[in-house]
Amino acid sequence: MLPSMNSAKTMHELSVVANLFEILEEKVREKDGKKIFFVKLQVGALAGVVPELLETAFDIYKKDTIASEAELEIEEVPLKVRCKDCQEVMVKDDFIFICDNCGSTNLETLEGTEMILEKMDIEI
Amino acid sequence: MTKKEVLVLEDLLGTNKKIAADIRKQLSQKGILSVNLMSSPGAGKTTLLESIAERLSTVYKMAVIEGDIETERDADRIRRKGIPAWQILTGGACHLEAKMVGRLFPEIPADLDFLFIENVGNLVCPASFDLGENIRCVLLSTPEGDDKPKKYPKAFTTSDWLIVTKTDLVPPLPFDIQKAIREAKEVNPSLQTFTVSALEGKGVDTLVEQLIAALDELRKNDA
Repeated sequence: MLPSMNSAKTMHELSVVANLFEILEEKVREKDGKKIFFVKLQVGALAGVVPELLETAFDIYKKDTIASEAELEIEEVPLKVRCKDCQEVMVKDDFIFICDNCGSTNLETLEGTEMILEKMDIEI
Repeated sequence: MTKKEVLVLEDLLGTNKKIAADIRKQLSQKGILSVNLMSSPGAGKTTLLESIAERLSTVYKMAVIEGDIETERDADRIRRKGIPAWQILTGGACHLEAKMVGRLFPEIPADLDFLFIENVGNLVCPASFDLGENIRCVLLSTPEGDDKPKKYPKAFTTSDWLIVTKTDLVPPLPFDIQKAIREAKEVNPSLQTFTVSALEGKGVDTLVEQLIAALDELRKNDA
Protein backbone atom coordinates (compact mmCIF):
# COMPACT_ATOMS: atom_id res chain seq x y z
CA MET A 1 0.00 0.00 0.00
CA LEU A 2 1.33 3.40 -0.93
CA PRO A 3 1.71 5.97 1.78
CA SER A 4 -0.61 8.95 1.55
CA MET A 5 -2.78 7.53 -1.22
CA ASN A 6 -4.86 10.67 -1.63
CA SER A 7 -2.04 12.90 -2.78
CA ALA A 8 -0.50 9.92 -4.56
CA LYS A 9 -3.32 9.31 -6.98
CA THR A 10 -3.58 12.76 -8.40
CA MET A 11 -0.16 12.92 -10.03
CA HIS A 12 1.46 10.38 -12.31
CA GLU A 13 4.83 11.30 -10.81
CA LEU A 14 3.96 9.07 -7.87
CA SER A 15 3.47 6.13 -10.14
CA VAL A 16 6.93 6.84 -11.61
CA VAL A 17 8.40 7.03 -8.10
CA ALA A 18 6.72 3.71 -7.20
CA ASN A 19 8.60 2.14 -10.13
CA LEU A 20 11.79 3.87 -8.98
CA PHE A 21 11.48 2.24 -5.56
CA GLU A 22 10.94 -1.19 -7.09
CA ILE A 23 14.23 -0.78 -8.95
CA LEU A 24 16.02 0.69 -5.91
CA GLU A 25 14.94 -2.14 -3.63
CA GLU A 26 15.94 -4.79 -6.16
CA LYS A 27 19.39 -3.22 -6.72
CA VAL A 28 20.05 -2.79 -2.98
CA ARG A 29 19.17 -6.44 -2.38
CA GLU A 30 21.56 -7.52 -5.15
CA LYS A 31 24.38 -5.55 -3.52
CA ASP A 32 23.50 -6.58 0.05
CA GLY A 33 23.13 -2.90 0.88
CA LYS A 34 21.79 -1.64 4.21
CA LYS A 35 20.47 1.72 3.17
CA ILE A 36 20.41 4.26 0.37
CA PHE A 37 21.57 7.79 1.03
CA PHE A 38 21.73 9.31 -2.43
CA VAL A 39 19.72 8.79 -5.63
CA LYS A 40 20.39 10.48 -8.95
CA LEU A 41 17.90 10.63 -11.80
CA GLN A 42 18.12 11.99 -15.34
CA VAL A 43 14.85 13.49 -16.50
CA GLY A 44 14.37 14.74 -20.05
CA ALA A 45 12.64 18.04 -20.77
CA LEU A 46 10.11 16.06 -22.81
CA ALA A 47 9.78 13.13 -20.38
CA GLY A 48 6.33 14.32 -19.36
CA VAL A 49 7.06 14.67 -15.64
CA VAL A 50 7.65 17.69 -13.46
CA PRO A 51 10.94 17.42 -11.50
CA GLU A 52 9.51 19.30 -8.48
CA LEU A 53 6.60 16.87 -8.32
CA LEU A 54 9.01 13.93 -8.57
CA GLU A 55 10.81 15.37 -5.54
CA THR A 56 7.54 15.71 -3.63
CA ALA A 57 6.53 12.18 -4.59
CA PHE A 58 9.95 10.88 -3.56
CA ASP A 59 9.65 12.53 -0.13
CA ILE A 60 6.17 11.07 0.38
CA TYR A 61 7.26 7.63 -0.73
CA LYS A 62 10.63 7.26 0.99
CA LYS A 63 9.30 7.27 4.58
CA ASP A 64 9.78 3.89 6.26
CA THR A 65 11.78 2.54 3.35
CA ILE A 66 15.46 1.71 2.93
CA ALA A 67 15.83 5.20 1.40
CA SER A 68 14.16 7.11 4.25
CA GLU A 69 17.16 9.42 4.64
CA ALA A 70 18.07 9.57 0.97
CA GLU A 71 18.72 12.75 -0.90
CA LEU A 72 17.39 12.99 -4.45
CA GLU A 73 19.19 14.77 -7.26
CA ILE A 74 17.51 15.31 -10.61
CA GLU A 75 19.56 16.23 -13.64
CA GLU A 76 17.31 17.88 -16.19
CA VAL A 77 18.27 16.83 -19.71
CA PRO A 78 17.34 19.27 -22.49
CA LEU A 79 15.75 18.04 -25.71
CA LYS A 80 18.58 17.43 -28.16
CA VAL A 81 17.93 16.56 -31.81
CA ARG A 82 19.93 15.90 -34.96
CA CYS A 83 18.86 17.02 -38.40
CA LYS A 84 18.96 14.02 -40.73
CA ASP A 85 19.39 16.33 -43.74
CA CYS A 86 22.22 18.71 -42.69
CA GLN A 87 23.49 16.68 -39.65
CA GLU A 88 23.29 19.74 -37.35
CA VAL A 89 22.88 18.82 -33.66
CA MET A 90 20.88 21.32 -31.59
CA VAL A 91 19.03 21.82 -28.32
CA LYS A 92 15.32 22.57 -28.68
CA ASP A 93 13.93 24.37 -25.66
CA ASP A 94 10.72 25.22 -27.53
CA PHE A 95 10.12 21.57 -28.63
CA ILE A 96 9.61 22.74 -32.21
CA PHE A 97 10.90 20.04 -34.53
CA ILE A 98 12.23 22.29 -37.26
CA CYS A 99 15.97 22.49 -37.98
CA ASP A 100 17.48 25.85 -36.96
CA ASN A 101 20.05 25.49 -39.71
CA CYS A 102 18.21 24.29 -42.83
CA GLY A 103 14.50 24.34 -41.90
CA SER A 104 14.04 20.58 -42.37
CA THR A 105 11.48 18.72 -40.24
CA ASN A 106 13.38 15.47 -40.68
CA LEU A 107 14.84 15.43 -37.16
CA GLU A 108 15.93 12.61 -34.94
CA THR A 109 15.64 12.88 -31.14
CA LEU A 110 18.96 12.15 -29.43
CA GLU A 111 17.99 12.82 -25.83
CA GLY A 112 15.45 14.64 -23.69
CA THR A 113 12.59 12.14 -23.53
CA GLU A 114 14.20 9.77 -21.03
CA MET A 115 13.54 9.15 -17.36
CA ILE A 116 16.47 7.20 -15.96
CA LEU A 117 17.79 6.08 -12.57
CA GLU A 118 21.46 6.91 -13.17
CA LYS A 119 23.01 5.85 -9.88
CA MET A 120 22.64 5.51 -6.15
CA ASP A 121 24.99 5.67 -3.19
CA ILE A 122 24.42 2.92 -0.67
CA GLU A 123 25.82 1.72 2.62
CA ILE A 124 27.00 -1.87 2.63
CA MET B 1 30.33 1.84 7.47
CA THR B 2 31.27 1.43 3.83
CA LYS B 3 29.81 3.67 1.18
CA LYS B 4 29.48 2.43 -2.35
CA GLU B 5 28.37 4.15 -5.52
CA VAL B 6 26.23 1.93 -7.70
CA LEU B 7 25.70 2.81 -11.36
CA VAL B 8 22.23 1.63 -12.42
CA LEU B 9 21.12 3.37 -15.66
CA GLU B 10 17.63 1.89 -15.68
CA ASP B 11 14.51 3.33 -17.32
CA LEU B 12 11.96 4.34 -14.67
CA LEU B 13 9.14 3.36 -16.99
CA GLY B 14 10.90 0.15 -18.06
CA THR B 15 8.30 -2.15 -16.50
CA ASN B 16 5.41 -0.33 -18.19
CA LYS B 17 7.25 -0.36 -21.53
CA LYS B 18 7.91 -4.10 -21.23
CA ILE B 19 4.26 -4.92 -20.47
CA ALA B 20 3.12 -2.60 -23.29
CA ALA B 21 5.47 -4.24 -25.79
CA ASP B 22 4.11 -7.64 -24.79
CA ILE B 23 0.49 -6.48 -25.21
CA ARG B 24 1.31 -5.00 -28.64
CA LYS B 25 2.97 -8.23 -29.75
CA GLN B 26 0.15 -10.48 -28.56
CA LEU B 27 -2.57 -8.29 -30.12
CA SER B 28 -0.64 -8.00 -33.39
CA GLN B 29 -0.24 -11.77 -33.56
CA LYS B 30 -4.02 -12.09 -33.27
CA GLY B 31 -4.42 -9.46 -36.00
CA ILE B 32 -5.98 -6.94 -33.63
CA LEU B 33 -5.22 -3.24 -34.15
CA SER B 34 -5.13 -1.30 -30.88
CA VAL B 35 -5.79 2.41 -30.64
CA ASN B 36 -5.17 4.61 -27.59
CA LEU B 37 -7.34 7.74 -27.41
CA MET B 38 -6.03 10.61 -25.26
CA SER B 39 -7.53 14.05 -24.65
CA SER B 40 -8.74 16.52 -22.07
CA PRO B 41 -12.00 15.58 -20.32
CA GLY B 42 -14.97 16.37 -22.54
CA ALA B 43 -13.10 16.54 -25.85
CA GLY B 44 -15.47 13.94 -27.29
CA LYS B 45 -13.64 10.62 -27.09
CA THR B 46 -16.74 8.58 -26.26
CA THR B 47 -18.94 10.37 -28.79
CA LEU B 48 -16.30 9.77 -31.47
CA LEU B 49 -16.15 6.07 -30.52
CA GLU B 50 -19.95 5.83 -30.80
CA SER B 51 -19.74 7.38 -34.25
CA ILE B 52 -16.89 5.05 -35.29
CA ALA B 53 -18.86 2.07 -33.94
CA GLU B 54 -21.88 2.92 -36.13
CA ARG B 55 -19.68 2.73 -39.23
CA LEU B 56 -17.19 0.02 -38.32
CA SER B 57 -19.25 -2.56 -36.47
CA THR B 58 -21.38 -3.53 -39.49
CA VAL B 59 -18.33 -5.27 -40.99
CA TYR B 60 -15.66 -5.43 -38.28
CA LYS B 61 -15.55 -6.61 -34.67
CA MET B 62 -14.49 -3.96 -32.23
CA ALA B 63 -14.27 -3.61 -28.46
CA VAL B 64 -13.53 -0.74 -26.13
CA ILE B 65 -11.64 -0.39 -22.87
CA GLU B 66 -12.81 2.67 -20.98
CA GLY B 67 -10.58 4.37 -18.44
CA ASP B 68 -12.28 6.66 -15.96
CA ILE B 69 -11.82 7.78 -12.39
CA GLU B 70 -15.40 6.87 -11.46
CA THR B 71 -18.64 5.44 -12.98
CA GLU B 72 -19.49 2.94 -15.74
CA ARG B 73 -21.18 5.67 -17.80
CA ASP B 74 -18.81 5.61 -20.78
CA ALA B 75 -18.75 1.81 -20.98
CA ASP B 76 -22.57 1.79 -20.84
CA ARG B 77 -22.76 4.25 -23.74
CA ILE B 78 -20.54 1.98 -25.84
CA ARG B 79 -22.49 -1.17 -24.84
CA ARG B 80 -25.72 0.49 -25.99
CA LYS B 81 -24.17 0.45 -29.48
CA GLY B 82 -23.86 -3.34 -29.15
CA ILE B 83 -20.09 -3.16 -28.65
CA PRO B 84 -18.32 -5.09 -25.85
CA ALA B 85 -16.79 -2.65 -23.37
CA TRP B 86 -14.80 -2.95 -20.17
CA GLN B 87 -14.59 -0.15 -17.66
CA ILE B 88 -11.33 0.37 -15.78
CA LEU B 89 -11.99 2.51 -12.71
CA THR B 90 -8.75 4.11 -11.63
CA GLY B 91 -10.26 5.42 -8.39
CA GLY B 92 -8.54 8.76 -8.70
CA ALA B 93 -5.46 8.04 -10.78
CA CYS B 94 -4.97 10.39 -13.70
CA HIS B 95 -3.92 7.90 -16.41
CA LEU B 96 -4.05 4.27 -17.54
CA GLU B 97 -0.97 2.04 -17.36
CA ALA B 98 -0.14 -1.04 -19.42
CA LYS B 99 -0.64 -3.42 -16.48
CA MET B 100 -4.29 -2.27 -16.14
CA VAL B 101 -4.88 -3.19 -19.79
CA GLY B 102 -2.92 -6.42 -19.30
CA ARG B 103 -5.26 -7.54 -16.51
CA LEU B 104 -8.18 -7.47 -18.95
CA PHE B 105 -6.31 -9.52 -21.49
CA PRO B 106 -7.94 -12.90 -20.74
CA GLU B 107 -11.37 -11.37 -21.45
CA ILE B 108 -10.50 -9.88 -24.83
CA PRO B 109 -11.93 -12.05 -27.65
CA ALA B 110 -9.23 -13.35 -30.02
CA ASP B 111 -11.38 -12.72 -33.11
CA LEU B 112 -11.52 -8.94 -32.65
CA ASP B 113 -10.41 -6.56 -35.40
CA PHE B 114 -10.08 -3.35 -33.39
CA LEU B 115 -9.42 -2.67 -29.71
CA PHE B 116 -9.92 0.95 -28.68
CA ILE B 117 -8.60 2.16 -25.35
CA GLU B 118 -10.17 5.38 -24.16
CA ASN B 119 -7.73 6.89 -21.69
CA VAL B 120 -8.64 8.92 -18.61
CA GLY B 121 -9.53 12.47 -19.70
CA ASN B 122 -6.27 14.35 -19.13
CA LEU B 123 -3.88 15.94 -21.60
CA VAL B 124 -0.79 15.52 -19.42
CA CYS B 125 -0.38 12.27 -17.48
CA PRO B 126 -1.49 9.63 -20.06
CA ALA B 127 1.20 10.82 -22.51
CA SER B 128 4.01 9.12 -20.56
CA PHE B 129 2.44 5.65 -20.55
CA ASP B 130 2.54 3.27 -23.51
CA LEU B 131 -0.50 0.95 -23.35
CA GLY B 132 0.60 -1.39 -26.12
CA GLU B 133 -1.28 0.53 -28.79
CA ASN B 134 -0.44 0.52 -32.50
CA ILE B 135 -1.86 4.00 -33.00
CA ARG B 136 -1.85 6.74 -30.41
CA CYS B 137 -4.46 9.43 -31.05
CA VAL B 138 -4.73 12.78 -29.37
CA LEU B 139 -8.07 14.57 -29.65
CA LEU B 140 -8.30 18.34 -29.49
CA SER B 141 -11.80 19.79 -29.33
CA THR B 142 -12.48 23.26 -30.68
CA PRO B 143 -13.81 24.69 -27.34
CA GLU B 144 -10.40 24.00 -25.77
CA GLY B 145 -8.63 26.55 -27.98
CA ASP B 146 -6.16 26.20 -30.83
CA ASP B 147 -3.12 26.95 -28.62
CA LYS B 148 -3.01 23.55 -26.90
CA PRO B 149 -0.36 21.70 -29.00
CA LYS B 150 2.38 24.05 -27.81
CA LYS B 151 1.09 24.21 -24.24
CA TYR B 152 0.92 20.41 -23.87
CA PRO B 153 3.67 19.26 -26.27
CA LYS B 154 4.18 15.78 -24.81
CA ALA B 155 0.67 14.59 -25.75
CA PHE B 156 1.21 15.80 -29.31
CA THR B 157 4.84 14.72 -29.82
CA THR B 158 4.09 11.15 -28.73
CA SER B 159 0.94 10.75 -30.84
CA ASP B 160 0.57 9.30 -34.32
CA TRP B 161 -2.74 10.96 -35.13
CA LEU B 162 -4.32 14.28 -34.18
CA ILE B 163 -8.10 14.38 -34.38
CA VAL B 164 -9.61 17.87 -34.13
CA THR B 165 -13.15 17.31 -32.81
CA LYS B 166 -16.35 19.38 -32.59
CA THR B 167 -15.61 21.23 -35.83
CA ASP B 168 -19.34 22.03 -36.07
CA LEU B 169 -18.77 24.66 -33.35
CA VAL B 170 -16.50 26.74 -35.64
CA PRO B 171 -17.78 29.42 -36.07
CA PRO B 172 -18.95 30.84 -33.65
CA LEU B 173 -15.87 29.61 -31.74
CA PRO B 174 -12.71 31.49 -32.75
CA PHE B 175 -10.77 28.24 -33.22
CA ASP B 176 -8.34 28.33 -36.15
CA ILE B 177 -8.20 24.71 -37.32
CA GLN B 178 -5.25 25.32 -39.68
CA LYS B 179 -3.26 27.02 -36.91
CA ALA B 180 -3.91 24.15 -34.48
CA ILE B 181 -2.78 21.63 -37.10
CA ARG B 182 0.26 23.71 -38.09
CA GLU B 183 1.40 24.13 -34.48
CA ALA B 184 0.81 20.46 -33.72
CA LYS B 185 2.95 19.55 -36.72
CA GLU B 186 5.69 21.87 -35.48
CA VAL B 187 6.05 19.76 -32.33
CA ASN B 188 5.51 16.55 -34.32
CA PRO B 189 6.11 16.77 -38.10
CA SER B 190 5.00 13.16 -38.72
CA LEU B 191 1.58 13.65 -37.11
CA GLN B 192 -1.32 12.55 -39.32
CA THR B 193 -4.29 14.89 -38.89
CA PHE B 194 -8.08 14.58 -39.10
CA THR B 195 -10.98 16.94 -38.51
CA VAL B 196 -14.33 15.56 -37.37
CA SER B 197 -17.72 16.48 -36.08
CA ALA B 198 -18.90 13.26 -34.51
CA LEU B 199 -22.36 14.67 -33.83
CA GLU B 200 -22.88 15.62 -37.49
CA GLY B 201 -20.92 12.60 -38.71
CA LYS B 202 -18.49 14.79 -40.69
CA GLY B 203 -14.97 13.48 -41.24
CA VAL B 204 -15.64 10.20 -39.45
CA ASP B 205 -15.76 8.19 -42.70
CA THR B 206 -12.21 9.32 -43.56
CA LEU B 207 -11.03 8.37 -40.09
CA VAL B 208 -12.66 4.94 -40.38
CA GLU B 209 -11.05 4.40 -43.80
CA GLN B 210 -7.63 5.11 -42.28
CA LEU B 211 -8.33 2.74 -39.37
CA ILE B 212 -9.19 -0.02 -41.83
CA ALA B 213 -6.04 0.76 -43.87
CA ALA B 214 -3.96 0.54 -40.67
CA LEU B 215 -5.56 -2.81 -39.82
CA ASP B 216 -4.77 -4.15 -43.31
CA GLU B 217 -1.19 -2.92 -42.95
CA LEU B 218 -0.80 -4.59 -39.55
CA ARG B 219 -2.09 -7.91 -40.88
CA LYS B 220 0.12 -7.71 -43.95
CA ASN B 221 3.20 -7.12 -41.81
CA ASP B 222 2.33 -9.84 -39.35
CA ALA B 223 1.29 -12.40 -41.94
